[in-house]
Amino acid sequence: MNKYPLWKYLLVLAIVVVGVVYALPNLWGEIPAVQISPTRTTKVDSVVLEKAEASIKVAGIPYSGASLDDKGARLRFTDTEDQLKARDFLQKELGDGYTVALNLVPAAPAWFEHIGARPMYLGLDLRGGVHFLMQVDLRSVIRKAEEVTADDVRRVLREKRLRYLTVARLEAGGLEVRFRDAAERDQALELVRKELRDVEFTASARGNEHFLSGRLSPSSVAEKSRFALEQNITALTNRVNELGVAEPIVQQQGSDRIVIQLPGVQDTAKAKEILGRTATLEIMLVDEEHDLSAALSGNVPAGSKIFRMRNGQPILLKNSVVYSGDNIVDATPGFDSQTSRPIVSITLDARGAGINQRVTGQNVGKRMAVVYIEIKSDVKRDDNGKPLLDEQGRELRTTRRVEEVITAPVIRSQLGKRFQIEGLDSVNEANELSLLLRAGSLSAPVFIAEERTIGPSLGADNITQGINSALLGAALTLGFMVLYYRTFGVIANVALLLNVALLVAVMSMLQATLTLPGIAGIVLTIGMAVDANVLIFERIREEIRNGNSPQTAIHAGFDRAWSTILDSNITTLIAALVLFNFGTGPVKGFAVTLSIGILTSMFTAVVASRAIINLAFGGRSLKKVPV
Amino acid sequence: MEFFHKVPSFDFMGRRRAAVIVSMVLNVATIGLLLVHGLNLGIDFTGGTLVEVSYAESADIGEVRTALSKAGIERANVQHFGTTRDVLIRLQVEEGKTSAEQSDKIMQALRAPFSELLFERGTIGGAQQCTSTTAAKPFDCQVQMRRVEFVGPQVGSELVEQGVLAIVFALVGIMVYVAFRFEWRFAVGAVVATVHDVLLTVGFFSITRFEFSLVELAAVLTIMGYSINDTVVVFDRIRENFRKLRKEGTLVVMNNAINETLSRTVMTGVTTLLVVGALFFLGGDTLRGFAAALIFGILVGTYSSVFVASPTVLMLGLTREDMLPPKKEGADATP
Repeated sequence: MNKYPLWKYLLVLAIVVVGVVYALPNLWGEIPAVQISPTRTTKVDSVVLEKAEASIKVAGIPYSGASLDDKGARLRFTDTEDQLKARDFLQKELGDGYTVALNLVPAAPAWFEHIGARPMYLGLDLRGGVHFLMQVDLRSVIRKAEEVTADDVRRVLREKRLRYLTVARLEAGGLEVRFRDAAERDQALELVRKELRDVEFTASARGNEHFLSGRLSPSSVAEKSRFALEQNITALTNRVNELGVAEPIVQQQGSDRIVIQLPGVQDTAKAKEILGRTATLEIMLVDEEHDLSAALSGNVPAGSKIFRMRNGQPILLKNSVVYSGDNIVDATPGFDSQTSRPIVSITLDARGAGINQRVTGQNVGKRMAVVYIEIKSDVKRDDNGKPLLDEQGRELRTTRRVEEVITAPVIRSQLGKRFQIEGLDSVNEANELSLLLRAGSLSAPVFIAEERTIGPSLGADNITQGINSALLGAALTLGFMVLYYRTFGVIANVALLLNVALLVAVMSMLQATLTLPGIAGIVLTIGMAVDANVLIFERIREEIRNGNSPQTAIHAGFDRAWSTILDSNITTLIAALVLFNFGTGPVKGFAVTLSIGILTSMFTAVVASRAIINLAFGGRSLKKVPV
Repeated sequence: MEFFHKVPSFDFMGRRRAAVIVSMVLNVATIGLLLVHGLNLGIDFTGGTLVEVSYAESADIGEVRTALSKAGIERANVQHFGTTRDVLIRLQVEEGKTSAEQSDKIMQALRAPFSELLFERGTIGGAQQCTSTTAAKPFDCQVQMRRVEFVGPQVGSELVEQGVLAIVFALVGIMVYVAFRFEWRFAVGAVVATVHDVLLTVGFFSITRFEFSLVELAAVLTIMGYSINDTVVVFDRIRENFRKLRKEGTLVVMNNAINETLSRTVMTGVTTLLVVGALFFLGGDTLRGFAAALIFGILVGTYSSVFVASPTVLMLGLTREDMLPPKKEGADATP
């Protein structure tokens, strides 16, 4: 009685071994490193890594190892001073083409990394850094779309010579067209329904006046909102990369929010400034009358200027803006209906359309360039990297205009309000181009709805306090269990420690974020995980009191306690899952550890402790149960 | 070691009327307290800006205020936090102001008296470093930023809504599960006991004036989980005893169940209190309110699973028949 078949012991053993192996990297912690990541135009390969290694060797900065993966190259250091020196040095050596950022990498032996065993991912409240929740102002996106629609209605009605009194956008949303009589209105209704598919029109009358009310269809509102969000994510990702953070997170949350997490960043003022920057687009004509190579050798013709394409190639543009990104209403990727090649369709507003018609009409066969412009501001630094200050102690800043030609297609015919960019190599390129066009034009305003910054010292304190309370809590619980249940208490303690190991292992495997409340969740799990063992042991004691033989008592104890354990854990799990769904940030971290802890504790307390008891006491004649 | 050498035979159910009166009085008092006194809501729910800084030497609150008002920041709530070197500054959300920049203004104002300026080197861990016009190289800042929190008014009110919804959803989920596994009267009993615990814990926050933020809300939900766990263990035994003790009435069955599970109830309560106590004393300021709530909640949750849950089920008129498996339909019922 009370014996497991061999496979069951082996299965428990296997799970234990895997759990312990995956939990182990957490014991080594992390060491300082410098991460070299590529920017849009570059890639980090072994050549770059060798160059970086060679140059810090020359500079005499000691490093303890180097590695290369899909995120970029990493150099490890033994102390943070070397790490800082190497970062500053490498950024200068490698130049703007690469992001060189400080990072922490697992200190565990490399073979752990090969089997995917990595330490838990520490949340910002433990490692320090900035968390922003950005709110995208979708109402202004809709407002802008409605203004464009009002323009469209006017144009359509004018083209068909239908008379209307006014077209107005209502403050409360939607638009209203006023007519003198019902017949004209009904004619107009038929027309706009056909021409403007993404607007829903209804007819009405008040007194002598006849109206058409228009509203953007739900699907078009949803699409515009989605675009606005994507556009902002693209723009924010570009800017975040510039901050030189090793593992930034830019992620959509809900329908109109974006989460940004910047581990290690403390200068929130600078981060806000960079994130809050706006980009613009300018459309210019390519100067094809003059020779590019002559211009490159210093002979730039008057009225023209050299720009760079995104891949770094130079291009000569006529230095006057045809129209700007403000005139672009929409840019969507799609396919050409005839050739089914990927394209980007662009829609201009009335003013842009007028200019476009005139300029493209005169320049068929020539090229037109779209320039993406961002104003960047940098702190002036001296040779040691120390910021220069003015008399009041403020940082001196220089602003520079970063201009990049994102596309320069040939004008095939006279264009108007709607046109498309062709000759794109892939769907990806079409997507990226349309995102960039929108990022520089349809600027849906974003603002910070929530900020949480944790300074480096508080992060370190949080880790120490979390670990200390976990150790004390565990020690007290373990001691008390031995005191109360003797030998069986020791077995419950083994199960408990195993539970912590498995919990940490699962957290590490999922790369779930460990937060301070998450540590509290682990501590709480230590206290509550013994509950299952308590239920079982109390049941065994009861069975003994009822006069059952030791082996029967053990068997019945596990058996009868099972349904109680299941019920009580499932109800707790319900509370934890609700917490997970509604919680944000740190609270979510708590819910994650609590949920995983409940699941692993059911395994360790019921299966693993049973295995130990079976192995130790099963199939023998017992005089007494040591519980 | 054993808490009870044999199964105790306390007459818990006999004291149910007294318990009901005590619980009712406490709950009504709590509701009154909440209406009059309210909660010390953290900025997670009210919205606003919070800045925690640590000075190299002990800081004078008056001087901090002066520094802030020099920078045009009025109506800031300034207080020590833990030690005299740590200072907590709070600002309410002001209508029409983009207050995400407030925190930067505050940090600048606090650093102004030391004429130091943050020098971001992107270090992970360690102290923040500053520069000044006179210093030759970066040094550890006199004013260390510990944490900055800004919650916009919209996010704040959403979090309140989500918090209330979370509690409601957890209750509904638990009720459905218990009704499915036991019987509807048990579900009601479990929910009454849980609501009782949640209410008293929130009342605890009202009296102690511990700040009530997201983390404390998590504590309330954890207490719900703990309390329901405790209650379900008793219910499980009641269900079992109905099958075992065929001759006894509902009251005796319940009383036996509570007594039989008592040593487990005490044991789990003690181990959980031990770890939560460790959190309270060593977990730091961020977790103190959380741990205090859990300590209180575990005590109340243990009380309610004994004195509130089962009496409620009894008062709802549970009988043995309700707990027997449904009788099979007669053969004539099927066509």
